[in-house]
Amino acid sequence: MSRVFCFIQHAEGKPDDSAAELLAAAAKINPVELPTAVVTGWGKDLDIVCEGLCACYREVWKITAEALVYPNAELVRKALAGVLPHGSILLVPHNHFGIDLSPGLSIKLDAAYVPDVVEIERSEEMALRLVRQEFGGQISAHVLCDISSGAVLNLRPGAFHPHAQAAAMGRVREWPVSLERPRRRYLSTVPAEAGDIDITKYKVLVSVGRGIQEKDNLALAEDLAEALGGAVSCSRPVVDAKWLDKSRQVGSSGKTVRPKVYLACGISGSFQHLAGIKGNPLIVAINKNPKAPIFRVAQIGIVDDLLEMLPVTAHVRQKRGVAAH
Amino acid sequence: MDILVCARKVPDTAENEIELNRAGNDIERDDLVYSVNEPDNYAVEAALQITEKIGGSVTVVTVGGEEDDDVPRREMAMGAHHGVLLADECFQGSDGRGIATILKAYVRRNHFDLILTGVQGEDGAAQVGGMLAAMLDYPFASLVNSIEVVDGGKLRIGREIEGGSREMNEIDLPCVLSIQTGINEPRYVGMRGIRQVASIPIPALDASDLGLDTALVGAAAARVVRIDYFVPPAGDGARMLTGRRPEIAGQLLEIVAGKGGLN
Amino acid sequence: MQYPSPAAATYWLIQGRTLFATLYILGTLCFCWIVAKRLQPLLRAQRDPRFDRPLERLRNVLQYWLLQWRHPRYPLAGTLHLLIFAGFLILAVRAFAMLILGVSATFVPPGGPAYDILRAYAATAVFAAVTVAALRRLIAKPARYQAPAPLGKGRSADAIFLLGLIAILMLADGVIESSLAAAQNRSLPLVSLAWLLRQAFASRPPSALHNLYLGGYLLHALTFFFLLCYRPFGIQFHVETSLFSIYFAKLDRELLKPVRWGIPAENLDRVKSFGVKTFEDFTWKHMLDFYSCADCGRCSDQCPANAVGRALSPRFLTTKARDYSFRHYPVVGSAGNGTPLVGNLYSEGEIWSCTTCGACERECPLLVEYIDKIVDLRRGLVDDGRVPQALQKPLKALEVRGNPYGKLERKRADWANGDVSVLAGGGTHADTLYFVDSITSYDDRIQAIGRATASILSEAGVHFGILGAAERDSGHDVRRFGEETLFFALRDNNTQAIRSTGVRRIVTSDPHAYNALKHDYSEVPPVEHMSQVIAREVRTGRIRFEPLANRSAIYTYHDPCYLGRHNRIFDDPRYVLDSIPGLKRVEMSRCRDRSFCCGGGGLALFHEVKEDERMGVRRVRMAAEAGANVMVTACPFCMVNMEDAIKVAGMEGKMAVIDLMELAAQQMVRQAVSPALERGVN
Repeated sequence: MSRVFCFIQHAEGKPDDSAAELLAAAAKINPVELPTAVVTGWGKDLDIVCEGLCACYREVWKITAEALVYPNAELVRKALAGVLPHGSILLVPHNHFGIDLSPGLSIKLDAAYVPDVVEIERSEEMALRLVRQEFGGQISAHVLCDISSGAVLNLRPGAFHPHAQAAAMGRVREWPVSLERPRRRYLSTVPAEAGDIDITKYKVLVSVGRGIQEKDNLALAEDLAEALGGAVSCSRPVVDAKWLDKSRQVGSSGKTVRPKVYLACGISGSFQHLAGIKGNPLIVAINKNPKAPIFRVAQIGIVDDLLEMLPVTAHVRQKRGVAAH
Repeated sequence: MDILVCARKVPDTAENEIELNRAGNDIERDDLVYSVNEPDNYAVEAALQITEKIGGSVTVVTVGGEEDDDVPRREMAMGAHHGVLLADECFQGSDGRGIATILKAYVRRNHFDLILTGVQGEDGAAQVGGMLAAMLDYPFASLVNSIEVVDGGKLRIGREIEGGSREMNEIDLPCVLSIQTGINEPRYVGMRGIRQVASIPIPALDASDLGLDTALVGAAAARVVRIDYFVPPAGDGARMLTGRRPEIAGQLLEIVAGKGGLN
Repeated sequence: MQYPSPAAATYWLIQGRTLFATLYILGTLCFCWIVAKRLQPLLRAQRDPRFDRPLERLRNVLQYWLLQWRHPRYPLAGTLHLLIFAGFLILAVRAFAMLILGVSATFVPPGGPAYDILRAYAATAVFAAVTVAALRRLIAKPARYQAPAPLGKGRSADAIFLLGLIAILMLADGVIESSLAAAQNRSLPLVSLAWLLRQAFASRPPSALHNLYLGGYLLHALTFFFLLCYRPFGIQFHVETSLFSIYFAKLDRELLKPVRWGIPAENLDRVKSFGVKTFEDFTWKHMLDFYSCADCGRCSDQCPANAVGRALSPRFLTTKARDYSFRHYPVVGSAGNGTPLVGNLYSEGEIWSCTTCGACERECPLLVEYIDKIVDLRRGLVDDGRVPQALQKPLKALEVRGNPYGKLERKRADWANGDVSVLAGGGTHADTLYFVDSITSYDDRIQAIGRATASILSEAGVHFGILGAAERDSGHDVRRFGEETLFFALRDNNTQAIRSTGVRRIVTSDPHAYNALKHDYSEVPPVEHMSQVIAREVRTGRIRFEPLANRSAIYTYHDPCYLGRHNRIFDDPRYVLDSIPGLKRVEMSRCRDRSFCCGGGGLALFHEVKEDERMGVRRVRMAAEAGANVMVTACPFCMVNMEDAIKVAGMEGKMAVIDLMELAAQQMVRQAVSPALERGVN
């Protein structure tokens, strides 16, 4: 079995949540041997992260260069291509960075590439049997990946559940690299606009998707949100249509929220959206289409037209609220 | 600036119901309607906006079969100056790497300052752009949502990153960019536009025209193969509420209150 | 005393004859020059065949120009204008006769004592009317004259100036009359303007009266020619152009202008550019419309889009175009180059805001056309790919699936649950086709209207069927949103399917489909709207209604634009409602051809527009104001818009809406009929 590496992202001295998920996935590929962590960066924060990773990995490869202080995929790709042995299996989270890094990296390593993997079903010497999703999550597919020349696998965040680890006694191995001026250079980060409210602060979110159909119908969601003491959030199509501000978007390219209750109204349930919901809230799905992927993820499901259901729910809540007094 | 946009057609998820076919090995393709992959339209629009500002040409290339010439043609109806189809039986069954290999052969025979792809297709892979860039040894950026032409063979681009923030980068030309939806508002192409380009010949190039080693493409060369489609078992799934609307609403509110959601 | 002749008199050392002859020649030449310049853009415009059917056109001139038929729809302003117009006509003979006095000393103006009295009061009436009109503009400031900044420029100052000039003209005329009468010791009609002035001049010496007379004459002549040459620079040009504008007005309002007159559909591929993109793409008649607009604001006052704060104001659409033509085709200087209209003169939002309800056209006293212009502008935008993103998806779906929802063709007849025969492909035959159209076929809520219609037809013993999966969207609103090519494709598809069934008539419950089949399609059997069908069956007694169970409801009928205003079917639906025993009905103040659009149908349902409020919300409030708690409509789009509006306005429980088909089916007395008779005969 080829050596398994996990690419660990980090910020401010702490590894990203994805690190534990990569570890769990690595165990499915090679249950016998602990994987190796590979980390890039520069400075004290990097040192701290690598020290911490020693508890879970057989080795921690610390790739350093001053230019790597900001994770520029062009530079990281170059560094990894220079360091990883031929035939390795590299696990990367399928996020904005992973999408940027991995396809090109697989070419430089002459390895196979499988993006957005949601499950690792079987692991053999020369091939892996994996599961992916297509058509916005409407259908799943089994994929066979030839790993005889190695592979880069991007794993869907949240698909692999971290589990308790046996303690490891890994050591850090330093890989200083020198990198020439990249042809893509990081300039700055423009933070997302603040927006009128911060949806991450609410315990109840009434979230709307394409099913809301028009901007004016948002009033129905607002009414219910008010009745429940929550706020209105949304999925990407609503922002693309310019019905709501970007600050209301829940998802991998929007906000990450941790409510107690999440009402997904007219939202089909693409993984990019669900990736923004953390903390295992009660997910209630209201959708006209009984086959919408959201019903697989929600705990409570209502097959109905949200344009009908929302006002009725708000109405019932108001009546009850009055009665309680 | 000479820009190449890689485009293809996909079953339109909005207008189709994606279901497993009776045999259980593929999706039901009988009633499917295909249209150009939405992110690719954004890429073509981005290319057109650049050439309208600073001059140059936009070429749209598709890898597929003979019947796929409607893709470059449709983008020419949108305003692209050239359309090209890369078609050969031996391309069938190519994985992402295979497609990128085919495109690389085409790029090497021509000169392009900028290559654009849509961020991803219906398979959600988002890979061909990055692979092509590595094969050509061009710099690459994914999830691009803003492009500004800067003097001296550079672009200032914005990338979409976590939390909706935007990462600003400077990138040297020639380069490859994968374009995120929402970067612009693609112009409309109506039936009349399609009619007007209906008889324009779209050159079709095969493996020998491209000087391509057939061993590198097609099913035989694919390292990643989709075996089947399936619908995962529902598992626990959602508990469905039924009844008249006010009753459902009442049940829902009780459950929500139970989760500490109403106070 | 000798009748003083201005011709013979001397004005500051110049002989009157010379002075006036020069004035007349220069003034006329100036006027001709200006008019020639104004005609210049019309020569560059698109062709527009309006020279046929002279008798019908003359009838329009009689009705709308001479008898000012549209004016009284706004009573006060209408009356004022009637007075001014009538006065002008009466005084016209007089005015020209007066001019001749300036060059001929021996000319005697025609007319007898009767005419003299008439014109004296006419001049008085005009004077009074323009004074009231000016005060209205200055003090009362009616809303429809206002010009909110983003929409356009106001012209009140100009209007008041012109009213003032007319007043001066009348005064000058009065001075002439009164001074002459005073000198000749003649009496004047009592309380006329001249009479009043005469009281002031009564004690003047003859020489003063002489000077007043000559002075008044000069003032009159100067004002006359100043007005003549000034009018083509503003809204007053309508004085000259209105006659032509009304003569050449569109006779068949429901036939949309083709892409190019004189080019049949098959040859349209050769046309380089569709629609109106620059000013010269308009036809000469449209340009004439721009000249003829009197800026009265009635169109915008009635426009529902304008009322809810959309970017559209028909009035400014016209006046901005007029100002543009004045700028680019100046009287002095050479013509400028054409610039694109949308993006410079008009915003895209303005053009897409229109629901083609036709309220503007119905109101305009000068018969100015709007729908053709908007459709032409949209054709231009579509040609250039400038279609709002929200409309691109339904248009694509219409192209690919024949309906804007993107749903499968084979599911188009699912609403009927197998209870209605499908006539496609020579299987079942029937006399009558029920053309369902897309929204009734696919919308979960609106399918109920389809089922109600089918049950009514069965009950009435009509042997009918539907096209089923062979039916495509009628294309009515595709066409009105400027996608002409897609419309042709849909139309040709449907026409072939309809003709292959051999039906002899078509019925539909959808006014948009009705309008399309009646006017946009040319080779299909005659079509009726279901309200007409039901009304007829009620009259013959074939259909009868049970009394209403709930006697406390108060109903009001909302006229759908494409049934009422566009096709003048107002009475049949009301007759049907009034035939239901126990039904109490009230009328909204805006009803019949003044009905207020629900928000639009077809593609308008997908369009996201910037507005202060939904049209539907306005309308349901109007229903509540009229005292109703149930609205009845006869159009599926009105139904969707009203139901949405009731929710958004928070009026659930206070207002309900029902379609005429649903109500009729609900109340219909049913005979026990064998099922076989309810279906099309095989």
